[in-house]
Amino acid sequence: MSRYVLQRLALVIPTLVGTSLIVFVLLRLLPGDIVDILFGGDPQVNQQTLDQIRESMGLNKPLIVQYGEWVGGLLRGDAGVSMRSGIPVSETILRSMPVTMQLAIMAMIFAALLAVPMGVLSAVRRNGASDMITRLIGLIGLSFPAFWLATMFLLISSTVFRWVPPLKWVAPWEDFGQNMQIMVVPALLLALQPMAIIMRMTRASMLEVLRQDYIRTAYAKGLRERMVLARHALQNAFIPVLTVMGVQFGALMGGSVIIEQIFALPGVAFFLLSGIYNRDYPVVQSTVLFLSLLFILVNLVVDLLYGYVDPRIRYG
Amino acid sequence: MVSSSASSEAAARALSPPRRRNSAFLRAMRRNPLGIVGLVIIVFVALVALCAPLIAPYGPTEQVARRLEVPGAAYLLGTDEFGRDILSRVIYGSRISLYVGFVAVGLALVAGGTFGMVAGYFGGRIDTLLMRVVDILFAIPSLVLAIVIAGLLGPSLTNAMIAIGIVYAPIYARLVRGEVLAVRNHLYIESARATGVSDLGLIGRHILPNITAPLIVQTTLMLSTAILAEAALSFLGLGTQPPEPSWGTMLGSGRRYMELTPWVAIAPGIAIAITVLGFNLLGDGLRDALDPRLRGSE
Repeated sequence: MSRYVLQRLALVIPTLVGTSLIVFVLLRLLPGDIVDILFGGDPQVNQQTLDQIRESMGLNKPLIVQYGEWVGGLLRGDAGVSMRSGIPVSETILRSMPVTMQLAIMAMIFAALLAVPMGVLSAVRRNGASDMITRLIGLIGLSFPAFWLATMFLLISSTVFRWVPPLKWVAPWEDFGQNMQIMVVPALLLALQPMAIIMRMTRASMLEVLRQDYIRTAYAKGLRERMVLARHALQNAFIPVLTVMGVQFGALMGGSVIIEQIFALPGVAFFLLSGIYNRDYPVVQSTVLFLSLLFILVNLVVDLLYGYVDPRIRYG
Repeated sequence: MVSSSASSEAAARALSPPRRRNSAFLRAMRRNPLGIVGLVIIVFVALVALCAPLIAPYGPTEQVARRLEVPGAAYLLGTDEFGRDILSRVIYGSRISLYVGFVAVGLALVAGGTFGMVAGYFGGRIDTLLMRVVDILFAIPSLVLAIVIAGLLGPSLTNAMIAIGIVYAPIYARLVRGEVLAVRNHLYIESARATGVSDLGLIGRHILPNITAPLIVQTTLMLSTAILAEAALSFLGLGTQPPEPSWGTMLGSGRRYMELTPWVAIAPGIAIAITVLGFNLLGDGLRDALDPRLRGSE
């Protein structure tokens, strides 16, 4: 087992290096930098001044040096300083990331808790009423944009129920009740699409497994249905479901950027979007890299869980 | 039963002209009412987009009434904050959604597909290298990457399409590579190679036709994802720019007046959902009909 873990861990590093390179190159390839955004088109600023500002920000150094400085800083825990505000990027990431993380994790928990039982039920009672209902819910979750549902929710809650979520975000460890009041609805809305996808995968995978001989054997030797489904069917059907969950976690992080904007949550969305508008390289590249790191780690956990769910993988 | 039908199908695929598969395909589609519903929805949306100037009561950017007019006989879905007819804008919006969907997915298909084809066909070191790049692209959350690319290129319809195309290309790269690996060593490929067919000829005449089924399915489902992504980017202000009637832009700007005039934001959301639902239903139906491995599992 430990060798498997080590092999998986070793893959994280080249992936991270590749990700950092792609993000870094992408930012420099696309036109315009922060100096253009701040002073571009201002006739009073001449080229010499622009060059001086670029020099003071280190933007005129060779790209390889800029990349080295960024990565070197990251290794020391320093993600650079915002070119716009002068605030250290790691400070802002530490402040905003818990909000985004909480939103994504809660959404994933909601999605998994709803999707797996629904998918199993739908596969077992194939073509029955509950199957039709779950498939309908799945199609709705897949088709309605979460940001539209969120807008509708705010509309209905404020006009019909005269309820608006509390404005000021508090961390769960400060005031759990108020935190939940703020976070439950955005997380549920965000969960809808991944829930639909996980449910469809659970259903398809279960249908495949339920056809197998060993399921018939399990029933034939007199096991109760609950036992057959939980121990024999679901465990064998779970690997693709787990994979989809890992992939969906990435979608959740993108989706939370939009949901945060709608519910005015102080997560990475605002920070990332304003960083993009201002061409604030340190902000954008470090935030995207950090989000990718989380995504990579989640998929690493998924990889390790494979071995737990299916013992054959541990020795493979 | 599954394995015997799959192998006889593979044999039939290798030997006979594609006509037989088409009739089997039609039969499978007919057994699939939801897929037909999806097809009907898509045809409907496409017709609306094509005939927009004929069916829309007003122009999409024309100011025809007082602002934020309540839905009524003259303006079926009301008017927006500039006094433009919302129904007309929703009708014209179908053009943008379908256009973005097809161009962005086409871009992803061509770029990702080429990548995957080269990797799968040539194998070896090229394969390892290309697929590592794809793995790395997969490690960046796709919508986050799309937001970054669209934002940096500058908010516009074209840039949103490019961003969506880039972000979804790796999906095609993986899919095409996998399919190419599966057919590469079949006997008919080998015999074609033995008769002296060039690499390009092999790819174009023998490999591509045999991997189209999964590509069609993936493309249909991808269209729904791309339309949602365009709406999301436009909603954030990073996609289609006003006054163009994109559903996402309409939602984004209508949101501000929503408590007083909810109709501004309701219609475009429903239009998005219907279109996306149509592509999802059709994609599911096509998968059941075209992919013998999954036939019977839905």
